[in-house]
Amino acid sequence: MKILVAVKRVVDYNVKVRINGDASDVATDGVKMGINPFDENAIEAALQLKEQGKASEIIAVSLGTNANQDVLRHALAMGADRAILVESDSKLQPLAVAKLLQAIVAQEQPSLILLGKQAIDDDAGQTGQMLAALLDYPQATFASHLQLENNELLVTREVDGGTEMLALNLPAVVTADLRLNDPRFVKLPNLMMARKKQITTLNAADLGVETASRLTLIKVAEPEARKAGMMVTSVEQLLRQLRDHEGINL
Amino acid sequence: MNVLVLAEHDGQHLNPITLHAITAAQFWQAPVHVLVAGNALDSLVDSLSDIIGVTKVIKAEASHLTTPLAEDIANLIVSISTDYQVILAAHSSFSRNTLPRVAALLDVAMISDALEIKADQTYVRSIYAGNILTHIQSQDTQQVLTVHSSHYIAASTHGGKAQISSATVPSAFHKTRWISTKHAQSDRPALNSAKVVVSGGRSLGSAENFEKILSPLASKLNAAIGATRAAVDAGYAPNDLQVGQTGIVVAPELYIAVGISGAVQHTYGMKDSRIVVAINQDPDAPIFQVADYGLVADLFTAIPAITVAIK
Repeated sequence: MKILVAVKRVVDYNVKVRINGDASDVATDGVKMGINPFDENAIEAALQLKEQGKASEIIAVSLGTNANQDVLRHALAMGADRAILVESDSKLQPLAVAKLLQAIVAQEQPSLILLGKQAIDDDAGQTGQMLAALLDYPQATFASHLQLENNELLVTREVDGGTEMLALNLPAVVTADLRLNDPRFVKLPNLMMARKKQITTLNAADLGVETASRLTLIKVAEPEARKAGMMVTSVEQLLRQLRDHEGINL
Repeated sequence: MNVLVLAEHDGQHLNPITLHAITAAQFWQAPVHVLVAGNALDSLVDSLSDIIGVTKVIKAEASHLTTPLAEDIANLIVSISTDYQVILAAHSSFSRNTLPRVAALLDVAMISDALEIKADQTYVRSIYAGNILTHIQSQDTQQVLTVHSSHYIAASTHGGKAQISSATVPSAFHKTRWISTKHAQSDRPALNSAKVVVSGGRSLGSAENFEKILSPLASKLNAAIGATRAAVDAGYAPNDLQVGQTGIVVAPELYIAVGISGAVQHTYGMKDSRIVVAINQDPDAPIFQVADYGLVADLFTAIPAITVAIK
């Protein structure tokens, strides 16, 4: 069984992003970039299925520019067998990403496609569901547990107020939540070995997919910050303030 | 043109977040239809038709919709989609799962968690865990979106008189099988609609302390209990209590942050609360920057003291 894992290159989660000079977009020049954290959970899930003897090959795919080689090397160092880079000069939005991934699925015919449940830059959380729709595949989003049994994938999903369990026929699309697993650390020797693994580069234009933006970014802004209020020095003062000044019946 | 709102419910009761989505849907000044999918929906349909601002309730009943799958709901919405210029729902795990599937089938982009709807198909939504606001304009003729429910007031539940109609339900998507749903057993109000939320962070130190310190206070305040991702990851609280960027977004009258440092990923989920109280031993904790009232204190003495002092 082949598993395809999609990985996105995003601003590192520790970086506090700023808007650029003319407020037209987020400033990303010279900012530390890395793999989207949820996508690391997706890779780890694929590796665990392979270690259980249930998957034969793991292919990492990333969409963007030549710079995305770094996140693919990271996936390879974690243990992916090979990688595909789809190069595109345009800013790819979730629907375009889903269409490009659909084209890769047509080439590679994986039994399982794993993605992170959302990217920490645009916080859209759409790509996995869109890909499943385009392929008419079963989907399980926000997965916190996976088990492959008798060619059926049992997935526990995190939903508002609890969890849900689904059984999916393969091929299927699953998006990973943070609690699915603890992604392994990449050790230096693995990084060295990953350099020998193959990254195939494709051009988005050659895949015959329409990738134009459907959502035009007009401007970006800093949200109005919530103002800090007052510090109180005791429980009594706190309750007095809430009762007398905020009208809260305590 | 019409606007379609996807109702969220548990078979018996409408999830109150749908009332906020119905208010958001009034923006287009067009007839608002509410789609309710499930099985044996008569009483739910009656209460939906009584909501002010709803023109029509569309009932979609089938046994396989009792525990609805994204695949089935998406196919249902697509089957009636030609009548609608806008398809929306309140942002929740249900709509996040379903509507991107609808958008892709309709070949349109989706706008997730819109904070504001503006003229000319323009929306305001946040990115980077709420650190940046973007204004985006959709180029598609059909709009699919989820809305940030705390930014819209709830529609009134009495006085409306919507028509009721039935939709033909497409056949079941047979490649996915629902097995079970586990709802956290709790007598407390639902986290995303509670008037008061008491949330705990990793400073509570253990699952036992989390329960022992927060439960009595939450019970007295009839509050929901929330948690930070750190507290959930440490196993102090179940995942469905997580407030923040990747969990639930809350906007109660009163939010009490107990031993919470205030990472942006967490404050994203609570900054629309009317009053925020923060109790933390660290005077430099960022949570104090977003709190209306801050108390530097040992939570293990302050919280029991508050619990005793309130009625």
